[in-house]
Amino acid sequence: MLRTESTKINLMRPLGQPALACAGYRWRENYYSHQRRGGYNIGVRIIEDFLARTNVGRCHDFRETADVISKNAFKLYLGVTPTVTNWSPAGDEFSLQLDSNPLAEFVELPDNHTGLSYSSLLCGVLRGALEMVQMAVDVRIVQDTLQGDLQTELRLRFLRRIEESMPAGEE
Amino acid sequence: MTVYNLYVFDRHGTCLYYGEWNRKNTTGISLKGEFKLMYGMLFSLKSFIKKLSPTDVKEGFLSYQTSKYKLHYYETPTGIKIVMNTDIAVGNVRDVLQRAYSTIYVDFVVRNPLCSLDEPIQSELFKQKIDAFVRGLPFFSARVT
Repeated sequence: MLRTESTKINLMRPLGQPALACAGYRWRENYYSHQRRGGYNIGVRIIEDFLARTNVGRCHDFRETADVISKNAFKLYLGVTPTVTNWSPAGDEFSLQLDSNPLAEFVELPDNHTGLSYSSLLCGVLRGALEMVQMAVDVRIVQDTLQGDLQTELRLRFLRRIEESMPAGEE
Repeated sequence: MTVYNLYVFDRHGTCLYYGEWNRKNTTGISLKGEFKLMYGMLFSLKSFIKKLSPTDVKEGFLSYQTSKYKLHYYETPTGIKIVMNTDIAVGNVRDVLQRAYSTIYVDFVVRNPLCSLDEPIQSELFKQKIDAFVRGLPFFSARVT
């Protein structure tokens, strides 16, 4: 990968994605759960790295969070700035639109796996990172360039705030 | 000026790291009990402070001071809490605690795949680094007045 940011991208890229995609029986379910779990584990650590690098404080609302994810986090780790768009009326759901997806830049899906959501790793990363800052979210891919869409679109839905747990043995 | 001790708690109240330098007294209870009481006190203090505040606070609780010592508190949005006790001549050390987090905790624990994030830190390297960091602080002095 000929990018100046390649070390950061490698951080986001688990080993053996193609190998995994070739694995036989029920590979697609395995692929998704593996990607999401792997992404989650990246997310819970990358958030600490992110806070240390950027020194941003706690966000006041979900809109601010969306801005930080797109303008700071994606920019820092993937070198792209997705567009924040398609807010739901209640303000608890939005989309991140990526014109180019660095994770899938040199990827072509084989003919027998055309419906594969290749980048589900990103969903796991976002979920893990946001969970660490007390936000439970649901993330899914709704558009994917690998499947002929014009752009890649991730949909984030705010589920609830995770309250800080009381110390053990206190009422 | 001097540093007495330092605690690092995770968001569940587990004490990840404890180090002491020029601490002169003991509370008379086990370290484990002390961690629990310390965390409990901070937790209550923090939540009550939030309730007392007239406007929504971003940072909240920063430090408290008695006639004999001062407790400095720094919390990241991910809930890592760094607590440092010093004598009362020490000024604002928020940036110092923030640096301890971003250059030591993140570098030697978060980026170390062998360190798990929610149990006490075993890494000797981390312990060495934080010890050197505290000893290198301008207000650290082994001679206690």
